[in-house]
Amino acid sequence: MAALGAPLCTLRVLLRELRHAAGCSYCDSPIYRHLLTAFRAHWVTSEKLCRTQQELHFQAATYLCLLRSVRKHEALHREYHGRGERSPQEVAGLVGFRLPQQPGEKG
Amino acid sequence: SERKKFYQNVSISQGEGGFEINLDHRKLKTPQAKLFTVPSEALAIAVATEWDSQKDTIKFYTMHLTTLCNTALDNPTQRNKTQLIRAAVKFLETDTVCYRVEEPPALAELQKNEWDPVVAWAEKRYNVTIGSSTSILGPNIPASTKETFISHLASYNMWALQGIEFVITQLKSLILSMSLIDRHITVEKAVLLSRLEEEYQIRRWGNVEWAHDYDLCELRARTAAGTLFVHLCSESSTVKHKLLQD
Repeated sequence: MAALGAPLCTLRVLLRELRHAAGCSYCDSPIYRHLLTAFRAHWVTSEKLCRTQQELHFQAATYLCLLRSVRKHEALHREYHGRGERSPQEVAGLVGFRLPQQPGEKG
Repeated sequence: SERKKFYQNVSISQGEGGFEINLDHRKLKTPQAKLFTVPSEALAIAVATEWDSQKDTIKFYTMHLTTLCNTALDNPTQRNKTQLIRAAVKFLETDTVCYRVEEPPALAELQKNEWDPVVAWAEKRYNVTIGSSTSILGPNIPASTKETFISHLASYNMWALQGIEFVITQLKSLILSMSLIDRHITVEKAVLLSRLEEEYQIRRWGNVEWAHDYDLCELRARTAAGTLFVHLCSESSTVKHKLLQD
């Protein structure tokens, strides 16, 4: 079984990621309720459900990785890849030129 | 290209075939216009969360679970279970962790230290011989090894198999994918091992955020989504078996 650290720590960071994604209303969201229900159900019982606890923890850690990576990927996309092409006017402006007026165009 | 967000509320309902996603009063459909139905409630909740997380525009490239469900429902490549399994096991012939370099020595050493343990784990766990190779032809995988993996993968349902094949194509390794799906390693570790040579080069020559980190985050996101998808589609307690008929 992969080394994962403390389950409650994972849950806390996961809920924080969800708050980023969902905004203020995340407490009412199905995902929030589902996670808390699942964790409560499997964490008050005895040793014999150890394997289920580990599976649940692994799932939570995987979901956390998904949310975190999507957020970072999107941020990098916005930063480096989101601007699109420059218009011809902008390109000309980069080197200090202005495009000539075409006949028939308004000034 | 992005589409403007056209809904306010996302909710889940249970239909005949499984769990459905509602965007306001509209039911979500797949790209081939089939009703979007998933067998697992947890998966439906996670998909709904993807849709709910969109702000002004819908960024489809971030909605990996939705994409995986669409692939499972539409099966655009028209592959049956046998073909999917064959495609997955074929990767073993060019498995990343079996392909070793001899030069530079530092990288060869890194591959040995990082990849040998996971190959050993797979050999023990599945009782097979895999090995590794520095030849351009790759390792010589015994037919019995392939047979073992074929019959192991056959125990998964069609949805889970779509997920497994997806993870394998992302990580370029059957061994790393099985190690991940068997919960032996985390997603972060699997991605690191898949990108070992890149990581080595980054450490030597430096990191380029807009390329390296961008690729890293995207690979982590897709691998995490694939793994979660496989696990949620394999759980018997929350899955509606009718939908998963092979």
